[in-house]
Amino acid sequence: MRHIATVVKKILVKDHKTGCGECVASCQSACKTSCTVGNQSCVNKDERINIKVKDQK
Amino acid sequence: MIHTFSYKYKGTPFYFLWDIESGSLHNVDYAAFLRAKNCFGLELSGPEKEDLAAIGPKELADIDAELDALIAEGSLDAPKPKGEFRKNASLVKALCLHICHDCNMRCDYCFAGGGTYHTQTEYMSAEVGKQAIDFLIKNSGGRRNLEADFFGGEPLLNLDTVKEIVEYAKIRGEEEGKNITFTLTTNCLALNKEAAVYLNENMENVVLSLDGRKATHNAVRHAKNDKDIYDIIVKNAVDFRKIRGGKRYYVRGTFTAANLDFAGDIFALNDLGFDQISIEPVVLPDSHPLAIREEQVEEIKKEYERLAEGYIDRRKTDKWFNFFHFMIDLEHGPCVNKRLTGCGAGTEYMAVSPTGDLYPCHQFVGEKDYYIGNVKEGIINPEVRERFASISVLGKEYCSDCPAKYYCGGGCAANAKNFSGRLDGQYKIGCELLKKRLELSLAIAYIEALNEARPQ
Repeated sequence: MRHIATVVKKILVKDHKTGCGECVASCQSACKTSCTVGNQSCVNKDERINIKVKDQK
Repeated sequence: MIHTFSYKYKGTPFYFLWDIESGSLHNVDYAAFLRAKNCFGLELSGPEKEDLAAIGPKELADIDAELDALIAEGSLDAPKPKGEFRKNASLVKALCLHICHDCNMRCDYCFAGGGTYHTQTEYMSAEVGKQAIDFLIKNSGGRRNLEADFFGGEPLLNLDTVKEIVEYAKIRGEEEGKNITFTLTTNCLALNKEAAVYLNENMENVVLSLDGRKATHNAVRHAKNDKDIYDIIVKNAVDFRKIRGGKRYYVRGTFTAANLDFAGDIFALNDLGFDQISIEPVVLPDSHPLAIREEQVEEIKKEYERLAEGYIDRRKTDKWFNFFHFMIDLEHGPCVNKRLTGCGAGTEYMAVSPTGDLYPCHQFVGEKDYYIGNVKEGIINPEVRERFASISVLGKEYCSDCPAKYYCGGGCAANAKNFSGRLDGQYKIGCELLKKRLELSLAIAYIEALNEARPQ
């Protein structure tokens, strides 16, 4: 496409293990009043988005 | 429903279309940005209307064809889900243990009344702590990963009890097939070498409270005897960082009306050597001199933009750092269930007072209308949990058309109650700032991916 480049597609409908509840409660981390969930990863993916990408490899 | 936003990085504008229901993000050129706003009924400014009118018919047709293709594949204007969502109020996976209602500091903005939550000085006994662990395990159902968060007041004032609880939890966790991890939040004043070694070995996450520059910190965070303790706190925090290695931790600060230039505090923390940083806006009644007010929101948004630019720049150097609220996992983020559950306060996550009483979270400790039960007898007032279980972004009127709804988790129920009178109400300032941070997170992720893809 000339005018539009998709960065990421349909992440809310991706098929992955859902509702297992094994991920960390967001309030256990840094926030306490500005808890979000969007800055977390799925625990089943074993990613750590808080470290440099090259350090994950 | 789509949301449009733009971000200018070093003078270069980036334009985005964000499809709320599918979670798709598209980078677009300016012409497509204007056309999309126009097609989806979003407001255009005066100059934008003029620029849109100047786009030729062929180019408009090309853009429309691309938009139609995205709509057809479901990554633009995806339909809103029907139905409601009810959080699981039958299980518990995390407890916030108020290990003591006491503190060795007196911070001007403390929501906990100097650590006592407007009650009395109290220390959790090891017996109550162990009962809390038993309660957690007993009510965790089939969940394996459980969490205990040591909070206060200042938890290091009762470190011996923390140690007893951790040892007990490890044994019980192994007996019951549970993986119990621990977090501890500290103001670092009592974080001596012995405590630092213990926390490093036993805590999966450690949160170090530190507001940034010395002047910022000293203006609002005080020792009980009013002595200048900043250098002690920083030394303790820096020394801890040095032994922490790659394990999880955060320096966690608060910004107030007194330091709306908080990006400077974040960079100062980074300059001290910290690479995992979180700074949050203080939440206080409007009457408080440090409270953030509606008229300051635009200035704060600009400051977040300043932060974002410095953030991108530093992450290309040996001053790389992670900012908690700019983290976003575009590929492996939380599932829809998690996004709708949010922090889980009142349902899967509860706070435990020093005497073992259960409340929806630390913000409600001591409020009798939100008393859920206690760790010895269990749940006494299940209707309190049901109130929290029924609240989700799918049902809240303010959330229905909000672009952040699948990222914010529904916001903080305590803030909603304190500012609107209702648990399912809205804390508007919090919403505005969260939306801005989210837009910047998406823009930063895109720009960093572009930088990665460029040939070196």
